[in-house]
Amino acid sequence: MGTKNQRSSHSNFFFLCLCFSLLVSSPSLAFQSDELLVDDEEFGLEGGRSPDLDLDLTTSTRSSPPPPPQATTRTQATRKKSSDPDSDSKVQFSLDHAFGDSDFSPAGTFTARLKTGSHGGQTLTKLRFSRNAFTETEKGLFKKLLEADDFYRIRVPSNVLSPPGRDYIISAVKARCIPREGLDEHFVIHMDGVNILAVNYGSTGSCQYPRQFKFPAKWYFNSHTVLKNSEVAPRTQAFTEEILGGENGEGEGIKPPERSFWAKYWMYLIPLGLIVMNAITQAMNMPEEQAAGQSASQPQQPMAATQRGQSTVVRRR
Amino acid sequence: MAMAIRVFLLLLLFLSSSNLTFSLFEDQVGLMDWHQQYIGKVKHAVFHTQKAGRKRVVVSTEENVVASLDLRHGEIFWRHVLGTNDAIDEIDIALGKYVIALSSEGSILRAWNLPDGQMVWESFLPGSKPSKALLSIPTNLKVDKDHVILIYSNGCLHAVSSIDGEVLWKKELATEGIEVQQLIHPLGSDIIYAVGFVGMEKLLIHQTHVSDLFQDSSATAVILPSKLMGMVALKISSTIIFIKVADAGKLEVVDKIDHAAAVSDGLSFLEGQQALALVQHGGSKIHLTVKLGPDWSGDLLKESFEMDHQRGVVHKVFINNYIRTDRSHGFRALIVMEDHSLLLLQQGEVVWSREDGLASIIDVTTSELPVEENGVSVAKVEHNLFEWLKGHILKLKGTLMLASPEDVVAIQRIRLKSSEKSKMTRDRNGFRKLLIVLSKAGKLFALHTGDGRIVWSLLLHTLHKSEACENPTGVNVYQWQVPHHHAMDENPSILVVGRCGHSLDAPGILSIVDTYTGNELNSLGPVHSIVQIIPLPFTDPTEQRLHLLMDAGLRAHLYPRTPEAIGIFQREFANIYWYSIEADNGIIRGHVLKNNCFLEVADEFCFETKALWSIVFPSESEKIIATVTRKLNEVVHTQAKVITDQEVMYKYVSKNLLFVATVAPKAVGEIGSVTPDESWLVVYLIDTITGRILHRLTHHGSQGPVHAVFSENWVVYHYFNLRAHRYEMSVIEIYDQSRADNKDVLNLILGKHNLTSPISSYSRPEVITKSQSYFFTHSVKTIAVTSTAKGITSKQLLIGTIGDQVLALDKRFLDPRRSINPTQAEKEEGIIPLTDSLPIIPQSYVTHALQVEGLRGIVTVPAKLESTTLVFSYGVDLYFTQLAPSRTYDSLTEDFSYALLLITIVALVVAIFVTWVLSERKELQEKWR
Repeated sequence: MGTKNQRSSHSNFFFLCLCFSLLVSSPSLAFQSDELLVDDEEFGLEGGRSPDLDLDLTTSTRSSPPPPPQATTRTQATRKKSSDPDSDSKVQFSLDHAFGDSDFSPAGTFTARLKTGSHGGQTLTKLRFSRNAFTETEKGLFKKLLEADDFYRIRVPSNVLSPPGRDYIISAVKARCIPREGLDEHFVIHMDGVNILAVNYGSTGSCQYPRQFKFPAKWYFNSHTVLKNSEVAPRTQAFTEEILGGENGEGEGIKPPERSFWAKYWMYLIPLGLIVMNAITQAMNMPEEQAAGQSASQPQQPMAATQRGQSTVVRRR
Repeated sequence: MAMAIRVFLLLLLFLSSSNLTFSLFEDQVGLMDWHQQYIGKVKHAVFHTQKAGRKRVVVSTEENVVASLDLRHGEIFWRHVLGTNDAIDEIDIALGKYVIALSSEGSILRAWNLPDGQMVWESFLPGSKPSKALLSIPTNLKVDKDHVILIYSNGCLHAVSSIDGEVLWKKELATEGIEVQQLIHPLGSDIIYAVGFVGMEKLLIHQTHVSDLFQDSSATAVILPSKLMGMVALKISSTIIFIKVADAGKLEVVDKIDHAAAVSDGLSFLEGQQALALVQHGGSKIHLTVKLGPDWSGDLLKESFEMDHQRGVVHKVFINNYIRTDRSHGFRALIVMEDHSLLLLQQGEVVWSREDGLASIIDVTTSELPVEENGVSVAKVEHNLFEWLKGHILKLKGTLMLASPEDVVAIQRIRLKSSEKSKMTRDRNGFRKLLIVLSKAGKLFALHTGDGRIVWSLLLHTLHKSEACENPTGVNVYQWQVPHHHAMDENPSILVVGRCGHSLDAPGILSIVDTYTGNELNSLGPVHSIVQIIPLPFTDPTEQRLHLLMDAGLRAHLYPRTPEAIGIFQREFANIYWYSIEADNGIIRGHVLKNNCFLEVADEFCFETKALWSIVFPSESEKIIATVTRKLNEVVHTQAKVITDQEVMYKYVSKNLLFVATVAPKAVGEIGSVTPDESWLVVYLIDTITGRILHRLTHHGSQGPVHAVFSENWVVYHYFNLRAHRYEMSVIEIYDQSRADNKDVLNLILGKHNLTSPISSYSRPEVITKSQSYFFTHSVKTIAVTSTAKGITSKQLLIGTIGDQVLALDKRFLDPRRSINPTQAEKEEGIIPLTDSLPIIPQSYVTHALQVEGLRGIVTVPAKLESTTLVFSYGVDLYFTQLAPSRTYDSLTEDFSYALLLITIVALVVAIFVTWVLSERKELQEKWR
């Protein structure tokens, strides 16, 4: 997506751009990750934290066959940590998955810090996710899903502190949307305090329709997680009377702006200009004609008559 | 020059925006709109005929209307619609000039002046505990020229002055454990008797006698609530028994009447004598008998009336007596039928009838009219031509201001009576349609959009009370079959869905009705329960639309039950998703179809479903109060929106978006019941295929009720802002960013765009939303949006205000890109400078000066003409009109003078000839010179 953005902003230099697009014709992963970063920053929330503060977010959670889960990358983690005087504790909740109609089984663990705000509100920060890799049987089940174009379902508890809360939050995606290089998945967890409202689960990018049937090259997960809280609507501004001015009553609002002299009277000025121009050209022609006319006024007359006659003949035809 | 163009554009814009008012001239009233007034099903009726110049009947109805009707024609003299939770308990007339109504379980007493309906006084009667509400107006209890009204309500007996409504005295009775059932005031006495029960022993005294009195008493006996003198009416199955209460508690059967439908209250018309009316059904006729009580000596009156069987059975009867010209006693009866219509019977005739079932419309759909089959005959054309010419010459006179007053009247009459608009065939502009409405009584009406007349009506027998289905209710009406290919030889039909009972898991009833003839084609039921109905975007070869009906057990049932339908359905099986909202539970679930049901009886039209996603709202902080989706048949003309600087934004147009509004559970109650800190409103935009939350926004310090409308890529919703103490309206627009790169022309030419690729819900959506809020003065009953055939015309919001009017508000006022000081370019684009509140322009009331009392819904239907949309709003009243949100840019107006055009053309042709001749002559002269 990033490449295209760049392209469009350089739309004037399209040749250059063409070359550029040819150069980066394959959708590069680097730019997709850029998108995720924007997401995270926008909501000031956590995807996870990596010890090496790597900017390259493609290496988010990666489940490698030996279980030690790699932490995801976060750049703002340090800043947040330093500005955290409130008490916080660690919470854990599990991610379960199901293949088609099968029962749910554990698939990973989310770890987060529970921050208690000054007025009692509890929020989760610094979410980390460790994904269990597929076992052989799970691989088999997943292959079956790919063949049947069926759903791969996940679930998380609706309350982090007392799982499963009222009910489990279920989300599903067509299994064929997940495989790319590896198994790419993207979680957006909508939170309200310690409650999870919904999980948007799917592939990181687009999922073409009709869905391609292919096995992933590598059987490990690339997981991206985003925590989202509600945006707060800005307060409706109450304007003072003076800003409103007179247009309040009418409500039409569109006031013709102050116009220049030219803008106001162009419709008179243009005909005037034309008339003047006409007059000038006539005045220019007049002396010559008069001069010619005076010298040869006698022969001019019949010629004009013949000319007129010809023209009428032409018209009649 | 560029400046000049800009100014010109601006001027154009200014002109176009100033034209956007909808006021009309006096002579345009009634040309394309109609208004009908109703009152609803009558509960009580009080006649006022003695010593009155205009005979009238005062009625109170189930729609909480108090109305005074003309007894000669059935027209409404005046009426008052009380609020929806202000049910009327009793009405009566006091002092011969005031209508007294007791409402809200006896806590509000109001008096209106009988001749003109002006309110005289209103008093509030507080009480300790709820009880039966009784109203009694003794005729001769006078206290200093003041008549006293006695009211028993909320456990207290009140005496109220009938002149000014002042409470004279009050006595608490409930504290003594008395449940008052009736107030009795003997003539000429100063004592009031309040009769009631202290315990329950008294009630059972004569219970044993019932079976002795009537032999075949396997059915349960019900005491009819008619007030009779010295008698009790018992209803056992379809038979009514009149039992006379003799002295010392002896009971005696006076009469047994079979197939009786209704009994009136006793009417004392002579000293010590009482008349009562009895209605019986017999075939297509109803028989009215007036009996004389209490000695039951013969019939005073016996009449029978032919009755349209679409009106069903008689529900209520009220009688009134009058003195005939020969000084004998005559009786007239007001009857309320099963379809809620009201009829006056007198001298063996139906004097008038009112279709008051139309006051309680549940659902509305539309149907096209038949195609005009043959051309009109030549004679007719000639006649029409003459008429046409005459009409146009009149119009021309009007235009040139030469018309005399008589001519003006004639012009107006021609315009109003134009037979064009009420024809029973389709027109080219699509203005003529049938509005199919389903009333609460289970009756279908087809109304013509031209003049609002009832084309046909049908009392659905599936929605008729029966053994299998105790209290059936209609739920919805859907378009079942809309023939396009066979429009000439097949009639469109509609599907009526009902339920036996009010709970969601009650068995469902289905009925298919032909919309041209009003015949029931097919009916099913009672069948499985019906929780949700999903019209699918597929039709079978006979153009019947496929419908998926969800039952309470989350099973999907496919209709129509044909093999073709199943074939089509199987093809699309994997792409059918649905969602369910558990509003009480705060959970929204998404489902997908799985396989055929495992039932004892194999049913290939039944499918199991499985849950795909769920959204669980935390029960301690959020409660669902409103959900809105886009209209299924809405047409969006363009996905792209060109904004300033030739930028393009792509609308996120998805059929699968759901708008949900939740509030804090504390704030569910009335406005002001919580402090701003404890209440919030959260709005969501949810993709119903994957359960993704695309947008989530919290309004702190705001409260419901929320009214919302969803169209194209925007939602507009209305709520209350507790901090500002004002109502607010907000708009959310959602744009697709994944297509935003497609604005490069070169890329479009080279085909490097993703505009034609199919969109999958499983792709991660890249959307941006824009939102803005404004104050709005009115509280709102309902919001709708105009819809046109191709979606090109700009949109207007139709807001049903608390004053029962419909206000048209341009969508441009709810544009999140409004700013206080828009740039020059933005102004050119038509962005209005931001104001904190939305303007209410008096001329933009669609209903003009009229009111649609008890407004409940607004339906918009596109006409075939792109500029025009048809608007039907209903409540107790009905109102229909045509709207052109951007003026009728694609047709000439009604009052366009064709004659003037013709004359101009003729004059021009003549002028051409004259000048030609002149020029020829001149040329000739030139040549001869």
